[in-house]
Amino acid sequence: MTEYDEMVGAIAEVVRSLGKAEVPAGLVITDETRLADDLKLDSLAVMDFVMALENRFDLVIPMDELTEVVSVGDLARLLLGHLKTQSAG
Amino acid sequence: MFGKFASLHEAYGRVRQAGADPFGVAFDEVVSPTTARIGGRDILLLGTNNYLGLTFAPEAIAAASDALHRYGTGTTGSRIANGTYAGHAELERRVARFLGRRDAMVFTTGHQANLGILATLAGREDHLLLDADSHASIYDGARLGSASVTRFRHNDPGDLARRLRVLADKPGDRLIVVEGLYSMLGDVAPLREIAAIKRETGAYLLVDEAHSLGVLGERGRGLIEAAGVHDDVDFVVGTFSKSLGSIGGFCASDHAGFDLLRLAARSYMFTASLPPSVVASVMTGFDLIDQRPQLRAQLSANAARLHAALAASGFRLGPSVSPIVSVRLRDPALAVTFWNRLLSAGIYVNLALPPATPEGESLLRSSVSAAHSFAELDRAAAIITAIGQELGIAGPQAAAAESYVSAAD
Ligand SMILES: Cc1ncc(COP(=O)(O)O)c(C=O)c1O
Repeated sequence: MTEYDEMVGAIAEVVRSLGKAEVPAGLVITDETRLADDLKLDSLAVMDFVMALENRFDLVIPMDELTEVVSVGDLARLLLGHLKTQSAG
Repeated sequence: MFGKFASLHEAYGRVRQAGADPFGVAFDEVVSPTTARIGGRDILLLGTNNYLGLTFAPEAIAAASDALHRYGTGTTGSRIANGTYAGHAELERRVARFLGRRDAMVFTTGHQANLGILATLAGREDHLLLDADSHASIYDGARLGSASVTRFRHNDPGDLARRLRVLADKPGDRLIVVEGLYSMLGDVAPLREIAAIKRETGAYLLVDEAHSLGVLGERGRGLIEAAGVHDDVDFVVGTFSKSLGSIGGFCASDHAGFDLLRLAARSYMFTASLPPSVVASVMTGFDLIDQRPQLRAQLSANAARLHAALAASGFRLGPSVSPIVSVRLRDPALAVTFWNRLLSAGIYVNLALPPATPEGESLLRSSVSAAHSFAELDRAAAIITAIGQELGIAGPQAAAAESYVSAAD
């Protein structure tokens, strides 16, 4: 498994554990799953759930970077990018 | 153009179907700080933010009407383009003196104070750290500026410290933003712990005392006074629209150079200044806060009374006893029904629905005033309890269920 797949898996886990998203029965969360359209997360719920991910990975993601995030894959790439620059810095 | 509001339209439609429109309540007449009339009926006002009941203070009305006659109805322009009136400068000195700060700037609303201060103070390389439950005006100010913005968990100094640690190697200044009393649940910020983190990390600290000015602290200076952290706070924001019973906003600071913001904060520069009558009523409001500590004592007795009565009825409330007493409900539809039943019974409270609420709860939010009598508060508590029982959300059983849920949270 690549680190990207692992990150997608971690995001899926946090989505389910927070219980804010309406995850339709049988839906497999993949990197193409869209936060607003598929998981029905409003902007505030997205911020709360990103907060949980920031804590889990000990990151700080500036709020404006979230405006570009549509899918789970977008978010995975954003988090991985921060993990790299943070450990390099 | 309006297509994007389809889901808002739908949600609003559902709320309105249940009865009156909670977001469009129109009082035919407001006759006192605690009473209004709708359709010939008296309504007890329990959702006004009129903490000290000063909206009808005869001294404030007299000062405002004198200023109205002497200086006219409006200033017709901004301080920068059209000039400062003597009253504006006097009010700024009064705010600074009241808070024990070197300088203060007055804005036309508290919302504009947050817009102007947050968007201007924190620049491109800087970092804003906002409590997650911050008021919309704080988020708006943060978005308007060019600083990098991060939210920390509500009232969680540990999460704030973690974020400051992650940002430690980055250039720029850090500005922590918290509120004195949070408007939805009436909980206070753990200001001593936050001040300690601020000292350790060299960050700046801004406290928005919108709901706590005139309410908390031995002399009504706010949570900063109550927590004893005056010297750790760099910027104090507040409003004249709540305890002072008027309108307007301010920011006060001890920093040299603060005055320069007048030529940089757009929400200060490009909007009309407060009319003289408003300035006069606010000045009088500050006098009354100083002259009548009994108002604060009455407010806190009133808050304790309503809080205790509703807690005894088994409602789930906010964590602190404060003038903001919110009944927390999980089901928005039930909250809308409850709110309508209360209005029909002559009690006006605020209805707050997700996503504008912490943790996605629905709230029946009351704000207590020093002007309420115990009799009014007891009657309100009895009616809230009776309707709550009918709806199956009050009583010892409900309390047990709720504490079970909160223990599992
Ligand atoms: C924390 C906070 N800041 C600012 C404001 C805005 O104040 P104003 O009504 O003066 O615009 C409010 C009021 O709603 C508030 O609750």
